[in-house]
Amino acid sequence: MPVLTPELRERAEEIKRRYPAGRERSAMLPLLYLVQSEQGSVTEEGLREVADLLGLWTAEVEAVASFYTMLRLRPTGAHVVSVCTNLSCALRGARAVLDAATREAGLAPGQETSEDGLITVHEEECLGACDAAPIVQVDFANHDRVTPEGVAELIDRLRRGEVPAPSRGSAPRDFAHASRILAGLEDPR
Amino acid sequence: MIDAPRIISANWDDSGAVPIDGYLARGGYEGLRRALSMSPAEVIEEVKASGLRGRGGAGFPTGVKWSFVPQDTGKPTYVVCNFDESEPGTFNNRELVEREPHQLIEGLIIAAYAVRSSAAFIYCRGEYLWPGIVLDRAISEAYERGFLGRDVMGSGYDLELVMHRGAGAYICGEETALLSSLEGFRGQPRLRPPFPAVEGLYASPTLINNVETLCFVPHILRRGAAWFAAIGTEKSPGTKMFSISGKVERPGNYELPMGTPFRVLLEDAAGGVSDGRDLKAWTPGGSSTPLLTAEHIDVPLDFESIQAAGSLLGTGAVIVMDETDCIVEATRRMVRFYAHESCGKCTPCREGTWWVSRVLARIEDGYGRPEDLPLLDDVASKILFRAFCALADGAVSPIQSSLKHFRAEYEQHIAEHRCPFTGRGPGAPTVAEAPEETREPEPIAISEVLR
Repeated sequence: MPVLTPELRERAEEIKRRYPAGRERSAMLPLLYLVQSEQGSVTEEGLREVADLLGLWTAEVEAVASFYTMLRLRPTGAHVVSVCTNLSCALRGARAVLDAATREAGLAPGQETSEDGLITVHEEECLGACDAAPIVQVDFANHDRVTPEGVAELIDRLRRGEVPAPSRGSAPRDFAHASRILAGLEDPR
Repeated sequence: MIDAPRIISANWDDSGAVPIDGYLARGGYEGLRRALSMSPAEVIEEVKASGLRGRGGAGFPTGVKWSFVPQDTGKPTYVVCNFDESEPGTFNNRELVEREPHQLIEGLIIAAYAVRSSAAFIYCRGEYLWPGIVLDRAISEAYERGFLGRDVMGSGYDLELVMHRGAGAYICGEETALLSSLEGFRGQPRLRPPFPAVEGLYASPTLINNVETLCFVPHILRRGAAWFAAIGTEKSPGTKMFSISGKVERPGNYELPMGTPFRVLLEDAAGGVSDGRDLKAWTPGGSSTPLLTAEHIDVPLDFESIQAAGSLLGTGAVIVMDETDCIVEATRRMVRFYAHESCGKCTPCREGTWWVSRVLARIEDGYGRPEDLPLLDDVASKILFRAFCALADGAVSPIQSSLKHFRAEYEQHIAEHRCPFTGRGPGAPTVAEAPEETREPEPIAISEVLR
């Protein structure tokens, strides 16, 4: 089963044309985001499809995909809640925020995605928003100065199918939609 | 508040500076207009004369870097803007782009014109979803108005600009790793030389500049090198964005002249240490720069003075810790970051950061041994300067500096078998085993490794 529709294959060719002729391999990351946006994670078939688009071996594509934390090679929740626990956030209580997120999502130690497949909680390194510590991203949209109660509420709203408004800009609908934006296919106006 | 001239954050209180019309109304693209009326060599001379130094951490003179890009090599010349901001504590590039994206684009076009490049990239950090959208829209506007594409501002000069999003890897902020990533490979650093100026993107001459650096360029072209050189200190001219976070009343980005004492940033700009507590330690340039202490509160914030005080200006990212914060825990957290982000290419970094992380965790958890301190010294000194890039050195900075300034605090953890701040730990000598994550691992059967 191909991952991309004929229309998306066409968009994939456009993505390749962003780069100089003969340098299409540079489209690796946007193409991986593209297959991730269709399936919610990068699957075996997704890797094969990118390999086919770039004329590479699947192993070459997997070698790249496995290097980057935003490309998810494992089953992933419809929403990814990232909690920064790096120093600036840790000094302002990030550990309690992460614990609250884990508890609210109902995750056992070591478990990253909720049983219903809705929420993945990810302990994140510095997200470059230390002025608003502790920082949480929901599908890569920033939520500033989040408390343990705040993160629980965010997760609760995700469960109810809402898209919580981020502190700045607009939010993607879910992780797959965020991946589509990251592939450069969409501007969520 | 502080009465200092702001250059690249002058329009931050004004959301009208985001769209191109607002930017143009505030004098935007005038620097580019002036640059295009000059020869590329003259533009480089102007930037050289300004004394502008790279704001990404190394402080290399920007104009000199531009002059290193060879011409007539028979290959295309590329310009790459490093917007992979991920050094812990650093967040000024994000705000520069969110608040005035065209300032960066204008600086990038001038840089590309100066090195005679017709293809430029901005490598945007993956996690910066919203800043990337702001930038993407601004790039489209610049194309529509003829600042990008064919015949820039009617000058006959052509430039294509592509935004490329990363996918979550701190190492890609290292310039050669960034190039590997942009070429579609794992983001692993390359040996230098050859330097990117000679063999960079696609083995072609490549200029790489940081976001903040490029943001200064339009102003230098518009107002002249002499105006810029008169601000700041003689060797570190201009202003600098300082990102201050952690235990302060008003964390945020503050643009101050180079050479401003740290006390001014901390007390006047950021409102002092949170809740009136005492300053204990601070990083001057992100977590990879050696810690300084309350003793250094009057050190001027510029490349030379910070170096003389035993640290580095880095990205100007100040993380503040107060008297109630445990230095061992802070160091453990900083070093864990480098262990996590090590790309795995060089053994001293890949293995060394992992080992020191475990030793630090053991001490913090109350299971440290007296011999752990010389062990930390020893392993840290064997990581330093032994890898392709500076990532591993970044892990060594907090270890060596915290041992230098706060050795007694480590000794107290070990002597009391607990953390004196959190009280966690057995509190007495114990034969019980340390938590799993701090224990040394069992040997792994080779069959498991090869499985």
